[in-house]
Amino acid sequence: MQEANTSTQAIVTPQAAHAIIRAEKIEKYYAQPSQSRIQVISATDLSIVPGEIVALLGPSGSGKSTMLRMLTGLSMPSAGTVYWHGKPIAEAEINVSIVFQSFALFPWLTVLENVEAPLAARGVAPAARRERSLKMLDTVGLDGFEAAYPKELSGGMKQRVGFARALVVEPEVLFMDEPFSALDVLTAENLRSELLELWTKKTMPTKAVFLVTHNIEEAVLLADRIIVLGRNPARIRTDFQVQLAQPRNRKSEAFTELVDYIYKVLTRPDAEPAEAPGLQFAPAVRDQRQMRYQMLPHARPGGIAGLLELLLDKGGRDDIYRLADDLAFEIDDLLPIVDAAQLLGFLKVDEGDAVITPSGEEFANSEILRQKELFRNAAIENVLLLRQIRRALDAKSDHSVPEEFFLDLLDEQFSEEESQRQIETTVTWGRYAELFDFDAARRRFVLPDVLDEEIATSEDKK
Amino acid sequence: MKLQYPLARTLVTVRRSSFMIDLGVAACALAAFFAVVSTGVYWFEKPIPVAQISSSFAALPVYAFYSIVRMTIAYFLSLAFAIAYGYTAAYNPRIEPWMVAVLDILQSIPVLSFLPPVVLAMVALIPGHQLGIEMAVILLIFTGQVWNLAFSFYSSLKTIPREMREASRIYRFSAWQRFWQLEMPFSAIGLVWNSIVSVAGGWFALIFCETFTMGDRNFQLPGLGSYIQAATYAGNLRALLAGIATVILIVVATDQLVWRPLIAWSDKFKFEQVEAAGQIKSPVLEVLRQSRLLASLVGRVWGHVEEPVYRRMAKSKECRVVRPLDAPRSGNVSPLLWVVAFAAAAAVCWAAAQAMLLLRTVTWADLRLLLEGAAATFLRVNAALLISAAWTIPVGVAIGLNPRLARFVQPLAQILASVPATAFFPIILMALVRLGGGLGIGSIALMLLGTQWYILFNVIAGAMSIPSDLREVASLYHFTRWQRWTKLILPGIFPYLITGMVTASGGAWNASVMAEYSHVKNMTLSTIGLGAQIDAATDNGRFAMLLLATICISLLVVSMNRLVWRRLYHLAETRFKLEG
Repeated sequence: MQEANTSTQAIVTPQAAHAIIRAEKIEKYYAQPSQSRIQVISATDLSIVPGEIVALLGPSGSGKSTMLRMLTGLSMPSAGTVYWHGKPIAEAEINVSIVFQSFALFPWLTVLENVEAPLAARGVAPAARRERSLKMLDTVGLDGFEAAYPKELSGGMKQRVGFARALVVEPEVLFMDEPFSALDVLTAENLRSELLELWTKKTMPTKAVFLVTHNIEEAVLLADRIIVLGRNPARIRTDFQVQLAQPRNRKSEAFTELVDYIYKVLTRPDAEPAEAPGLQFAPAVRDQRQMRYQMLPHARPGGIAGLLELLLDKGGRDDIYRLADDLAFEIDDLLPIVDAAQLLGFLKVDEGDAVITPSGEEFANSEILRQKELFRNAAIENVLLLRQIRRALDAKSDHSVPEEFFLDLLDEQFSEEESQRQIETTVTWGRYAELFDFDAARRRFVLPDVLDEEIATSEDKK
Repeated sequence: MKLQYPLARTLVTVRRSSFMIDLGVAACALAAFFAVVSTGVYWFEKPIPVAQISSSFAALPVYAFYSIVRMTIAYFLSLAFAIAYGYTAAYNPRIEPWMVAVLDILQSIPVLSFLPPVVLAMVALIPGHQLGIEMAVILLIFTGQVWNLAFSFYSSLKTIPREMREASRIYRFSAWQRFWQLEMPFSAIGLVWNSIVSVAGGWFALIFCETFTMGDRNFQLPGLGSYIQAATYAGNLRALLAGIATVILIVVATDQLVWRPLIAWSDKFKFEQVEAAGQIKSPVLEVLRQSRLLASLVGRVWGHVEEPVYRRMAKSKECRVVRPLDAPRSGNVSPLLWVVAFAAAAAVCWAAAQAMLLLRTVTWADLRLLLEGAAATFLRVNAALLISAAWTIPVGVAIGLNPRLARFVQPLAQILASVPATAFFPIILMALVRLGGGLGIGSIALMLLGTQWYILFNVIAGAMSIPSDLREVASLYHFTRWQRWTKLILPGIFPYLITGMVTASGGAWNASVMAEYSHVKNMTLSTIGLGAQIDAATDNGRFAMLLLATICISLLVVSMNRLVWRRLYHLAETRFKLEG
């Protein structure tokens, strides 16, 4: 802890002095009954300075959204403080907006009323309210839609209303929480470029933009500065300026190089990131906690098999970035599968490339029953939880163990939600590998043949 | 497009012939004003505990009017209380579990057994006025209506999506704005549907409790319930039928003039991102929407109320600082709160102790009688449920699987479910007397009258919700009749059936209070049962027995809910939920 403190203090940049929002060693953790605590976000320093678009990148479940909520004062850090122009955020009159992933529009208010609502909250007189809102709707291209209800609009239009509502209060910092991820590809692209136009032409009076996203290209396309978060607990892996000139070209070499670099950082969660291509970065805060259980990536066995087969077709080695592109997958969809395959020893990640291992090759080449066998062996060997469940089932005379038992073990280490998800993934893997089965009605793990027998006897009774 | 004048929702629709409509709306407002005045005059007259009930048809409109006024006041009281209660429970984590538990229990206690003490208290509180008795009846209807409304509001508040809450925080909404723009709209649909159930329950109780005897005192308030009961007592079939017809007329009119427009209107509060097809239409709502006077009047008046509030609230600290949603509870409670909590606890303890002291007069014989009664009523309620289920499941499924029939029958069943069964009791009673049957079986028939519609209504809805592709699978693979029922239909309607049964079970317990004991043509009909004991205790003014019987019935209902219905409900929610 001591060490971490000194290292983070060292990186208070000169910019931080005139930062709009400055977070000082903010942490988030949940206290457990048994004295231990689950660290969600480890002590982090972060500042938002005028004139830049900051993108916060990270895999899902890495605490990006929590970070955004702490910076906006919506969530209280468990430790540390967020400052707004040097004043603690809990006392300051801050002026920020958030554009939400789910739009968060009020479906019972018209488009105009939705945009007027924040102004009403600030006590703006009705006439001025109306005028400013209409002007803002005009700016985002929603002229003529004033009297419509949000549910009559398409996703892209809804998010335009979201932008209008956010901008109408003239926020100093505009926060965006995955604003384009609920939209289709074309609409998202369109909105992104319009946002950039508003920003570069200074049509919006906003001084800084803070974008949370899991889309690497989106970050590289928009941001002046990119912060990559790692998981378990969340910490800053790297923080660097993007020096590409706007408008940026997705096909340019510098662009793809940067995207590739970020992929490399993300796919090697434990390594210290190398230097970004020609850029500076801040040192990462190390994860100090030793995990007992690995965190199982939430991937399905079918997905793992599919990825390995595809990789084999490509000669056993391919760039992860290109794989994602080929599959039209986002990082959030692909990374868990890569992680899972890596965990089972079916592939290795090397310099941002996925490389199939001999056992992975055998797996990809086998037919289904043999695949299950290979999966079973790999899982028993590499996954502690699966091994434990199987042992417990073998040891018990009735060959069944309640879910509760393992949930309790996991709860020591993961949040309640995550524990539940871990169990779900475990069940999927265990069922596929025929290691055990899960009786959902009684919430118990059982040996597969036990369940078979039970079914057989109940059939007999009929 | 440049807009010269303020936009309003009503601009969207084209309007016709608005002058006549405006006139009509103005007339309605005048009428409402007159109604309030005349009610006030009536209330502050001298007390007349026993109003003479005229059996002429000409008196019916006046009686109906009084009953409706009682109903309306009780309903709005319930609504206000429910909102306050739900709000307090949802935003005060310290007392939240307590308040929810209280809701849960009070929701399942039959209110009618509270009638006598409530009347005594109110008459004592406001002596010398009709008002006391009126208040008692209103309070009683209120207690029957308020809990499900409160529960609905509370659970709506708890399910508001996180991002919506965050939006209201980050844009610094005041509590006022949050209430009108987020919380109320989000809860509106639940409140409307629960209001329909509540008001139906209210009529059920109202008809019963406008006339009652307690010890040697008779109370009779002018109203429809009294009219019907007087007619029954006198054996006047013509008057009785006229009374029942009036009740049905009121229920149907309420459905058409109030509920349907409300349901159609509340459609805009549906929390959905895409517009759904198949909305309920209401001509009345269309007419109201086309009234220019109404729209601009409401808008203007509301604006005058709201704008100063917004202006003032914007200056408050609440509106200038973004407060975290997950702020830990403040560690120390103000001493005042402790004092209040302590005083409340002391008062509750004292009252409970007094009630317990009251029980001293109960003898062992009484207790035995009570337990026998409990067993008899328990059997009767469940028999009523089984009989209703036995006929409504086949009929409901047959109707539900035939869309054309369902479209016609479903609204009818909905109306039938909201016609108070108490209005029909007298007819059945008279038939029983004529046939010479006892109340033992007869009371089951009376309970059936109140309960079966809920089940039918839900079974139809359940059968309609079975996806057609599943039905096609069943016919494609030549399922036998047995297979069709056990594999498709019964699991498909299970969640709906349980919902219907839960409601029906509550209704049956409530009905037992009136079904097991009655006065017809100078006779007192009764049978063994908890409900009969509650009534007999009321008649004789034996508060100890009344209290014990009430405790007994409440315990039975609450434990049935916990042990049986809640589990079945959970099963329905988890295993038999049809997911899209």
